[in-house]
Amino acid sequence: MAKQVLSFMLNDTETDVLVQPYVTLLDALREDLELTGPKEGCGTGDCGACTVHLDGKPVASCLVLALQARGRSVRTIEGLGRFGALHPLQDAFVRLGVPQCGFCIPGVIMAAAALLAENPRPTEEEIRYGIAGNLCRCTGYTKMLTAISEVAGAAPAREA
Amino acid sequence: MRRFDLALPRSLDDCLKLLAERGPEAKLVAGGTDLLPQMKNGLLKPAAVVDLSGVADLRVLGRQNGAGLRVGAAVTAREIELDRHTRAAYPALAESGALVGSVQIRNLATVGGNLCNAAPSADMAPPLMALEAEAVIAGPRGRRRVPLSTFFTGVRRTVLAPDEMLVELVVPAPGPRSGGQYLRHTPRRELDIAVVGVASQITLSDGVCSKARIALAAVAPTPIRATAAEQALEGQPLTAERIARAGQLALEAARPISDQRGSADFRRHLVGVLTRRTLTTALERAGRGHEGRREPPIR
Repeated sequence: MAKQVLSFMLNDTETDVLVQPYVTLLDALREDLELTGPKEGCGTGDCGACTVHLDGKPVASCLVLALQARGRSVRTIEGLGRFGALHPLQDAFVRLGVPQCGFCIPGVIMAAAALLAENPRPTEEEIRYGIAGNLCRCTGYTKMLTAISEVAGAAPAREA
Repeated sequence: MRRFDLALPRSLDDCLKLLAERGPEAKLVAGGTDLLPQMKNGLLKPAAVVDLSGVADLRVLGRQNGAGLRVGAAVTAREIELDRHTRAAYPALAESGALVGSVQIRNLATVGGNLCNAAPSADMAPPLMALEAEAVIAGPRGRRRVPLSTFFTGVRRTVLAPDEMLVELVVPAPGPRSGGQYLRHTPRRELDIAVVGVASQITLSDGVCSKARIALAAVAPTPIRATAAEQALEGQPLTAERIARAGQLALEAARPISDQRGSADFRRHLVGVLTRRTLTTALERAGRGHEGRREPPIR
């Protein structure tokens, strides 16, 4: 079976990559494009560690076939901010020491960034539901809420 | 995942050609949220997968000519949850969309996938059945329509032949003085599967209930209608006693199994409770009328 060309917009860059038709977007990002921010936790869409934005919306990239992203726009945590110009959520997560083991954090930040892009002033309940699809085995949810609330209250969310 | 051929059709006709060639060994994939986990764990081993994400005809969400709602099979749960017209006129359907998975799942999962996977617990089935939706099915001999109440034939089985596919749902407008609600019981609100789900949809006229539709999920091999409960309400004023009686009749219609999510007795109990609650809310929403209807909260 031949690989096929996946042409899509990845972190604002036109990207072509050869992928097998049976690989997931998550595997193409990690294995072929060396973007290891999105993680494979469960592989079944339950944990949220693989969250990326597909056309601006948060999705579980472990449940998307790579070629389903053809012609579309994908953003990973690597394309959210950059060194020296972090996304306000990344900045808050670093300053407040949110990560413990860190495995869930890229997915949590991508879910939160999507929430704030859609709803810049969420209530605490809306924040809780915004990241309810993300599991943190360190159970570090309290600091996540603090960091996301701070960003939501302190500055308008950037386009994610 | 095991290897498979992936087809990327752009039109319904191309989908039907692919199904005609490879139907029995092919699987349609839209959101992939049910299919991919089953392919990853080896439960499903399709030789061919047909991706529906490029087929624009499956993504229609809007008013039907005249009255009613068209919901394309590849419309996502999140789109249904957020659609203003759906939230205002078909709140039970919007509520069921809002309960699927997490936001990461709802942005992928589609109404067609939810129905065609035919899990007894499918959240979007009860409201669509209570709203008397019809499934529009395309196949090699053209199109046919079946009431969604007869679409499911068993656990993970539907009336679809291997060379057929679900195109869209057509939902008649409930009309003035109608109201509905979908509620489900789960230990956890997000990313959980219904222990029991109940949708009720009623219409009032001249002080009595002129029409009642009640549909139940996760209490039989397929989502089912509680017709005895419906009949006990029609032509009657909706008093608390009649609503309680309908709850009793609905729980008698349930044929649940006991499993890790709950015992059969607990499920029957829940059917009674959720039927009463959804009927009470449906009555309140119907009384408010279309204009005064509040939208369910976005989350």
